[in-house]
Amino acid sequence: MYEQIAFYLFSALTVGLFMVTVLSKNILYSMTSLAAGMVLISGFFFLLGADFLGVVQLIVYVGAVMALYAFAMMFFDATRDIKEKNTSSALVFLLGGMAALLLVVVFAAPIMGENIQASYPVIEGVGNAESVGMVLFTKYLVPFEVAAVMLLVAMIAGIILAGKKMDHSLTTVDDPINVQEETK
Amino acid sequence: MEVTVLPEVTWLGVVIKAVIILAIISAIAGFGTYLERKVLAFMQRRLGPMHVGPYGLLQILADGIKLFTKEDIVPQNANKLIFQVAPAITAATAFIALSAVPVFPDFTIPEFIPLLGGTFVPSMAADLNIGVLFILGMMAAGLYGPLLAGMAQANKWGILGSARTAIQFLSYEVVTGLSILAPIMLVGSLSLIEFNDYQAGGIGSWMMWQQPVALILFLIAGFAETNRTPFDLLEHEAEVVSGYATEYSGMRWGMFFIGEYANMITISVLAAVIFAGGYNDLGFLAGWFVIILKIAFFFFLMLWVRAAWPHVRPDQLMWLCWKVLMPIAVINVVITGFVMMA
Repeated sequence: MYEQIAFYLFSALTVGLFMVTVLSKNILYSMTSLAAGMVLISGFFFLLGADFLGVVQLIVYVGAVMALYAFAMMFFDATRDIKEKNTSSALVFLLGGMAALLLVVVFAAPIMGENIQASYPVIEGVGNAESVGMVLFTKYLVPFEVAAVMLLVAMIAGIILAGKKMDHSLTTVDDPINVQEETK
Repeated sequence: MEVTVLPEVTWLGVVIKAVIILAIISAIAGFGTYLERKVLAFMQRRLGPMHVGPYGLLQILADGIKLFTKEDIVPQNANKLIFQVAPAITAATAFIALSAVPVFPDFTIPEFIPLLGGTFVPSMAADLNIGVLFILGMMAAGLYGPLLAGMAQANKWGILGSARTAIQFLSYEVVTGLSILAPIMLVGSLSLIEFNDYQAGGIGSWMMWQQPVALILFLIAGFAETNRTPFDLLEHEAEVVSGYATEYSGMRWGMFFIGEYANMITISVLAAVIFAGGYNDLGFLAGWFVIILKIAFFFFLMLWVRAAWPHVRPDQLMWLCWKVLMPIAVINVVITGFVMMA
């Protein structure tokens, strides 16, 4: 009973917030509603008893990914509305049609998914984090390692891109503008 | 091991617990400002607040009246909705994080009280088996308070403050997570109760003797995440006026402060439970009294550090995080792993 109420509440709020993300012309509204929607999605994991995944959703999406978006938003004037440019109506038509198709598939999924068997059923008496770890280090070991290597590559690339002038600090160097003005 | 049967946790108990957390922690947060001013004053050979009430004890009341009755100003070009919501985010995430922390001991409300008599109130509102991660996740979500506040207010100091928030919180989250990872490996669980039981054998079995490096790293990162003085670049008066809080007044500003003090209490509780033996009985002292002493000590440590150290520069802050603390934390995790395998 409570779970159903919570589920419908979370669904309505999540859909509403993501609608705001898409429809709003204000960057700040979009970003805030996206972050809030991510928090509510972790609520679904908690409802399903997957506490660990719920917290991972919180830490990864809310704590890290959205904060990086927010950091990029610093370069815009967040208090002003943006004007949207719509260059190709064919593209809008195509994307809209695909979204509608996806919606049909989503609603049809329970009918198709009636006879699906879990290939890795939950083991009784094993905690959340442990069962995720078991699947991750047996069935999905190769994708897991590949993802680790990819992250390492991205990290090294990031360090090389940013690290050219890493050794001298901008704070301790005199501002070139001030130096020029003094010499004039 | 002796099994103690606890009474069933009802929804009423959880609601009462949530109200208790809200009421008492807010009050302690208010009292914390008084304590902070007094402690700092004594460390700097001053008297601190003395005029309102005996030893300035009623200063909190005066501050409260001031905060509640001040005009609530929303600046002209600010994004009104986000500006008004942002302080609530800080306070709410701080209190949600506290819901998974054992703050006060279990107790049962005596029978003679009408309506609520006989209700069992658990020591934590939500006993998750991944408590540590949940608290860290909620504190990570807390960065949206200062961030949105700074971005919504159309003020350059605010933008600078929120940029600093994003950098500082994102960076030091890494250190917090890695420093707790080593104790988690030793205990083999993410539940705070398991952490407590692991250290049940008196002072000698406290985690801080096995993981001294992790404790120091956790405290430094905790100070940075709660925006305490050596690292309070978000609202450093000399550089960015008040950072994200520049345009705030009245109770909205007060909510940022309540959130900050609630986060300080959360970090103190985490340090006490993970590293300092939790709420186990210590000799003749009862467990609930011992943990309050420990939390008070870690809270005092934050004030002590504030009096002892000057601010750092933003580049020094980043240098400290990525070139010093994070490598040490990783090495600590690796060494812990090798010791456990051997």
